[in-house]
Amino acid sequence: MQHGKYRFIVGFLALPLGLYALFVVWPFIQSIYYSFTDWTGLSPEFKMVGFDNYTRMLHDDIFWKSLEHSLLFALVLPLVTISLALFFAFMINVGGRRRRGGPVISGVRGSSFYKIVYFFPQVLSIAIVALLFQFAYNPDSGAVNSILRGIGLDSVQPLWLGDPNLALWCVMAVLVWSTVGFFVVLFSAGMASIPAELYEAALLDGASRATTFFRVTLPLLWDTVQSGWVYMGILALGAESFAVVQIMTTGPGGPDYSTTVLVLYVYQKAFRDGQAAYATTIGVALLVVTLAFAAIVMRLGRRERLEY
Amino acid sequence: MKTTETPAPLPAESGATVSTIDVPAPEPARRKREGGVLNVFSHGVLVIWAIMVVTPLLWAVMTSFKSDSSIFSSPWSLPDKLHFDNWSRAWTDANMSDYFLNTILVVGGSLIGTLVLGSMAAYVLARFDFPGNRFIYYLFVGGMSFPIMLALVPLFYVVNNMGLLNTIHGLILVYIAYSLPFTVFFLTAFFRTLPTSVAEAAFVDGASHTRTFFQIMLPMAKPGLISVGIFNFLGQWNQYMLPTVLNTDPDKKVLTQGLVQLAVSQGYKGDWSGLFAGLVMAMLPVLGAYVVFQRQVVQGLTAGALK
Repeated sequence: MQHGKYRFIVGFLALPLGLYALFVVWPFIQSIYYSFTDWTGLSPEFKMVGFDNYTRMLHDDIFWKSLEHSLLFALVLPLVTISLALFFAFMINVGGRRRRGGPVISGVRGSSFYKIVYFFPQVLSIAIVALLFQFAYNPDSGAVNSILRGIGLDSVQPLWLGDPNLALWCVMAVLVWSTVGFFVVLFSAGMASIPAELYEAALLDGASRATTFFRVTLPLLWDTVQSGWVYMGILALGAESFAVVQIMTTGPGGPDYSTTVLVLYVYQKAFRDGQAAYATTIGVALLVVTLAFAAIVMRLGRRERLEY
Repeated sequence: MKTTETPAPLPAESGATVSTIDVPAPEPARRKREGGVLNVFSHGVLVIWAIMVVTPLLWAVMTSFKSDSSIFSSPWSLPDKLHFDNWSRAWTDANMSDYFLNTILVVGGSLIGTLVLGSMAAYVLARFDFPGNRFIYYLFVGGMSFPIMLALVPLFYVVNNMGLLNTIHGLILVYIAYSLPFTVFFLTAFFRTLPTSVAEAAFVDGASHTRTFFQIMLPMAKPGLISVGIFNFLGQWNQYMLPTVLNTDPDKKVLTQGLVQLAVSQGYKGDWSGLFAGLVMAMLPVLGAYVVFQRQVVQGLTAGALK
């Protein structure tokens, strides 16, 4: 096997590794370096300024606002999305009543239909979803308020995205809407691999559905839930939240920066305000938050691995 | 909802644990009622969520056939007649056809590139022992957890300096680079599970490493390639952040950017019906493809996430 082995390895790795290093790794390294400069991004000149950008960031009110919103995203979104998805997945896979002669464990009626429909938003671009809901939230002619009018709630006509107290929650609701389906399918696949004997035993011992869920399903699904949690958190801190906030809220960033998130703030500083160095500094903060989030979830969620 | 059917399989002792949702009921009927209440509740939630998912999509389809005035005056009423002109206006005047073409070019090129380059790297990393193997593997896989936004500012200038800004092939190269972490991670695991004997036999028979890879390993890896291909297709088709930064030429816009651009410009022109037609146009192909290939899509996405 030695014949030409190294030439082959180099030949096969050169192109993928080269592209990856050039467009992913190198920009990452550069961005940390740039955060110590006063580079504007508009001209090639810059000089080193030490930790100036970092001190500036610590005194920047909008940075703290965006950080607060990003943390809220990373806490609330996974919690709501994953709880809903666990409930749906349990009902779809385990929650059904036993039919005569059927398997011990089955989903509710129509479960395969639910599984298909719930996944719909996942195949749509988040940009399209954001545009659609921007119209639905329109206070005058949007679908949401006209439903409210239709059921006689004329007095309740919120501004939704225009209301600084509501805008952030409206944006989050859209992200929940678009991601629950993925987790339903993910958890369904996990639940399908739990042996039916375990459920049978639990049912024989007289466990209710709630007990079955907390004592059998959840512990055996723990690894999947945990990686789903990290995945959702990374989405909520990064690309997905950028698209919804940038497209849906006015400004963008919402009335009085009420929906600005870290990732949007990086974008604005770099490509709107011509402060590339400062943008990379905020980007480093975003990286720290993301890694800390993943580490905390992994740490808190650590349990003994269950073999089955 | 289903209280008349056979009683739930739950034994009677379960009464205590679910009683929070239960209503006080006479003892004999208790078991039946309680299962019923729980069932009605959970079925209800499932149905409500299904309605919440489907309604916005149907509303968009319906709106795309309405006239501008009725979109504003009565958002929920059915169209007075089917305004197909909205669709033709969006397709030609609003450049939806160009955005579609650009997206197909970019995604087509990136998808092929990602699969070829990703499987080459993954094969070498999974099957050959050489110094630096682990380091390169973790270098690739580490890319999955980094926020792309951090790299975007310097990336813009890297791409700019290479003269690739606002070009289709530049976008393709960047898409490939950002798709590699997951692709390499997934396919490395996949190549490790494939049996070695066939490849070794081919090699003993005198096939080169390259030939063994393309003629034997790649065909064997087809299920893995399909899974990771679907994952990348959806991701690249729906990509918004990378083109927003790297591709500002109006003629080169991809679908997602084009629609956002359309939303801004139609806002000035007041052509909301045209915009909805564009939105639905962009939604229907992927939704349709999903309904047809539903099983493969779901398997492809979950196989990756469960590894």
